[in-house]
Amino acid sequence: MTVLSGKTVAGLNPKIWLAVAACLIGFAYDWRVGLLLTIWFAAWGVNVVLSGQRARAARLAVPVIFGLTLLVLWQISVRAFGVNQVILPAPSDIWIAIIQNVPVLWADFIQTVVKGALSGYVIGAILAIGTAIAVDRSQFLQRGLLPVGNFIAALPIVGTAPILVMWFGFGWQSKAAVVVVMVFFPILVNAVAGLKATEAMQRDLMHTYAASYWQGLIKLRLPAALPFIFNGLKVCTTLALIGAIVAEFFGSPIVGMGFRIKTSFGTLELAMVWAEIAVSAVAGSGLYGLVALAERRLTFWHPSQQR
Amino acid sequence: MSDATQTAPRSGLSLGLRNVARGALPVAVVVGVLLALWLAAVGPMNFRLALDQATRGGADVIPATPQEQGETALIRLMLDNPGVLPAAYVFERPRLPRPQDVLIEMRDNTVGLARDCEWTGWGEGGENWSGLSNGCLRVINNRRSLIFHAWQTLAPTLLGFAIGTGLGILLAVGIVHNRTMDLSVMPWAIASQTIPILAIAPMVIVVLNAMGVQGLLPKSLISSYLSFFPVVVGMVKGLRSPNGMELDLMRTYSASGAQVFWKLRLPASLPYLFTSLKIGIAAALVGTIVAELPTGARFGLGARLLTGSYYGQTVQIWAALFTAAISAALLVWIIGAIERRVLTGMGLAR
Repeated sequence: MTVLSGKTVAGLNPKIWLAVAACLIGFAYDWRVGLLLTIWFAAWGVNVVLSGQRARAARLAVPVIFGLTLLVLWQISVRAFGVNQVILPAPSDIWIAIIQNVPVLWADFIQTVVKGALSGYVIGAILAIGTAIAVDRSQFLQRGLLPVGNFIAALPIVGTAPILVMWFGFGWQSKAAVVVVMVFFPILVNAVAGLKATEAMQRDLMHTYAASYWQGLIKLRLPAALPFIFNGLKVCTTLALIGAIVAEFFGSPIVGMGFRIKTSFGTLELAMVWAEIAVSAVAGSGLYGLVALAERRLTFWHPSQQR
Repeated sequence: MSDATQTAPRSGLSLGLRNVARGALPVAVVVGVLLALWLAAVGPMNFRLALDQATRGGADVIPATPQEQGETALIRLMLDNPGVLPAAYVFERPRLPRPQDVLIEMRDNTVGLARDCEWTGWGEGGENWSGLSNGCLRVINNRRSLIFHAWQTLAPTLLGFAIGTGLGILLAVGIVHNRTMDLSVMPWAIASQTIPILAIAPMVIVVLNAMGVQGLLPKSLISSYLSFFPVVVGMVKGLRSPNGMELDLMRTYSASGAQVFWKLRLPASLPYLFTSLKIGIAAALVGTIVAELPTGARFGLGARLLTGSYYGQTVQIWAALFTAAISAALLVWIIGAIERRVLTGMGLAR
């Protein structure tokens, strides 16, 4: 581990000399390369110092500094090397595109994320958990469904998008349908596995309480299955967004993130494409965060949630 | 699956029989039910099309005009015109084809393409490298062949998967051994999994094409990106999986850092690595297919999906979809087979 505290004389650490040499060689080759290398090593040095600290704030700052460094390097290299807008816009251009197109981005967000992805996600999750409970009583069906569900979950289901767009039309309904198909099997597999996750002792206890099947399900087995179900739900947040956006490539009304990405690309407005990507990234992380929050509230008793 | 592992004594025959009873039969029943549901759905899905055709053919249908038919519920139409139902099952361009139509399409576009196939022998008199006549090779090199299109998709998938896995393992090793790297990169690696980056795959291809990068590389860049992060996350978890006792044991042997890595951390990480590899290769294949979608790619399974949807060739879409499914299953199965072989050899098999 690199030791780099105030007491260490810079001259004693060969790594610093290496970094300085690399920067100098960079400047000798091309001042822009040298500048980029200098920023990179400076930020990395700060992170090395910070990651040696015990304070929580320092630990939180490290990834933030890393991300900001990448953004700064992106901005400088696009500007300094004069990269064509069509190939890669600078972060500042993307930010301007976001600011100038807030109403458009909002409409696309509503169309794709709320109407397409979220509704499909909720329907798919309810269907999957319902199916898991329905087959719960039959060992036979479970043994059949688990391998088949695992198999289907690994398939390129997003390929059903053209078929479903053909069936349900260009509106958000077809996107929701794609999302339902995409999220169904991962959640189903997790829910079926989760419903089996109770121990014999716990089930025996319910038995001694003369609990009926439904009481046992609601008071013991469904709560015990929640960590598994949330696992599936978390994986599926990204799938839902991918499904909704990709399905729009096959046909959509003149609003929606997939539609905007496709048409902005056609007119070479790359900043707008990146703006939509930024929105989808925020939406994806937000959705994941919401599900993770719900998980922490509902499965507070699980060891993985205790710190 | 967990049930099967509890049976300790494993004699070949009894295990085989038990597997049939415990594994194969339920799976067959579930697959059968799914197929039956599919077949049952074909009639209702194509009914309006069939009824429309019957009306134009001058058949007696209730209600008589297409407009009234459009306003009537599907169930009512089906009850009033039971005679049209068989026609819904044999439709030229159905909304939902029968399973066997898809199989026939797949056969026609693979082995069905062979013409004048015969053994010509290698060397003297041979028409090509395979020893079979050129007519046989139509199965794999004809422009209609699904095997041809599947390979156009699989080649970039495999290349990208190899690149992504290699880089992912390297980064994971770096993360485990360098605290700064861990704190800087790991949160972003995890966060990036929640970003639907796949949705812009087609655009990346076009940009790379515009920059003059052609051939396998643009598509494999997408698949390498998609297989990269699962491998990083799984591998980091795996390299950290040795517990304090095991690490202490290595210490008492006064093992060097490199020895701890090669003899303890790396072997311990393999089960995690294989799990991530299976996720990664499935993601890589999806990535390549999506990358082919709106980019005007002419070859590949994604291109087949897209042309099928442009021209309303539903059977072609389904055939491409099934070929993609078979490819994905094959890839995951191959990795699973390697996993079993390796882990059994190391005594880690569960």
